[in-house]
Amino acid sequence: MPMRDLLRTRRMWRPRQKLKDHYDVIIVGGGTHGLAAAHYLARNHGITDVAVLERRYLGSGAAGRNTTIVRANYKTPEGARFYDASLKLYEGLSAELDYNLMFSQHGHLTLAHSDRALMVMRERAEANRLLGIESELIDAAEVASMVPVMAPLHAMEHPVRGALYHRPGGVIRHDAVVWGLARSADRAGAELHPGTEVTGIDVRGGRAVGVRTNRGKVSAGTVILATAGWSSLTAQLAGVELPITTHLLQAFVTEPLKPLLDTIIVSGDLHVYVSQTDRGEFLIGSEIEPWTTYRMQGTLNFLQDCSRHALELFPWLERARMLRAWAGLCDLTPDYSPILGACEVDGLLLSAGWGTYGFKAAPIVGHTLAEQVATGRTPELIAPFALERFHRDELVSELAAAAVSH
Amino acid sequence: MSFVLHCPHCGPREVTDFRFGGEVRAGTGSRPADERALTRALYLRANVDGLQREWWQHRAGCGAWFQAERDTGTNRVLRTVAS
Repeated sequence: MPMRDLLRTRRMWRPRQKLKDHYDVIIVGGGTHGLAAAHYLARNHGITDVAVLERRYLGSGAAGRNTTIVRANYKTPEGARFYDASLKLYEGLSAELDYNLMFSQHGHLTLAHSDRALMVMRERAEANRLLGIESELIDAAEVASMVPVMAPLHAMEHPVRGALYHRPGGVIRHDAVVWGLARSADRAGAELHPGTEVTGIDVRGGRAVGVRTNRGKVSAGTVILATAGWSSLTAQLAGVELPITTHLLQAFVTEPLKPLLDTIIVSGDLHVYVSQTDRGEFLIGSEIEPWTTYRMQGTLNFLQDCSRHALELFPWLERARMLRAWAGLCDLTPDYSPILGACEVDGLLLSAGWGTYGFKAAPIVGHTLAEQVATGRTPELIAPFALERFHRDELVSELAAAAVSH
Repeated sequence: MSFVLHCPHCGPREVTDFRFGGEVRAGTGSRPADERALTRALYLRANVDGLQREWWQHRAGCGAWFQAERDTGTNRVLRTVAS
């Protein structure tokens, strides 16, 4: 590095002074999905006349609030195939972006405390293996040897009977994913516009032709909406009503402790999941609040319930202090599967209904939506997730594998 | 942010006492005209950021269903009415 660079402010992407009058593609939402779409539009299809419009700063929504878990052991073939493709893209993404995303594939354990849970997991493992996804049922003794720091499994109030073990599951640094994708999109020529709120979508003759923003009006060939918790509101700007409700999801971390836990532990019965970050913090999360809201502020009942359940698994955490807690918004669909691709307005593509699993899907969403923009055809991988499925009565129920927010 | 709801029968209680029943949808009182209308009624939601009329049940109390008006942007409950 030349010495003069030490004195320079280095930016990951260029600030853009003003919006152009027209872009081939406008992406609403500067999170992992929107930025991945910009990245793959340039990388795979050479489409660089692209603007990413973000109301706040890049990665300010769900992209920076999720608990960084990546996995592919979903229950439906449609879901598992889709998230597996995403996981494989994540595996190559550090190299692709020339940016260290700190991906640790240290494995993912979903605990079973009942016969019923064991049965569902056995079915999930088989469905996963048919698709070539590493997923297996292991017994309590294997769980104990894999996670020696967990409380004695038989002494728990709800003893652990076994677990679904998903070896390729892991954690990846979410801020780095945002920054790496943003830098790549910027270098390719896409414009990133934080501080730009979309206030309207112009639809003419059943086709989206542009957007109105707090910085002026812009026309577009295609508009992609990737606004997660705010999906209902942005889609309504184009007159599209979605089967979505918006809920609060929370998590917290303890102060850093020495390395003790090198797998992700999930318990659907206890409504809790626990992992240890690279910094040593124990990251603990739970489920969404059942009521809808757009207010991103946490609740005391979450901290109480979640702490109690985490302590059932790791009683020695009782002396650890909480360092910080945060909340984000989740856009939930009735079948716990996303809404992807075309809708009743031409030229408008959706990435919505991500509930608590959006971060896992970011690369494949960007990849497939970019392909749809370039070819005008819906990629086979995302066809089952079309908004139209609710009218055709072809729901893709991921309740069993996605209802616990991990 | 958590909040308190006034059950029309039991008085103010923490939100964890209640079951959320979703936004109140305008019913036509008749059968939906076609399948698309049925699907819309079943699945589509306004999901507003602002004042919302919604269903609640006092699960840990009297068990009654009632309606509340709440601002989903602030979680302020303006009023509750017995159904």
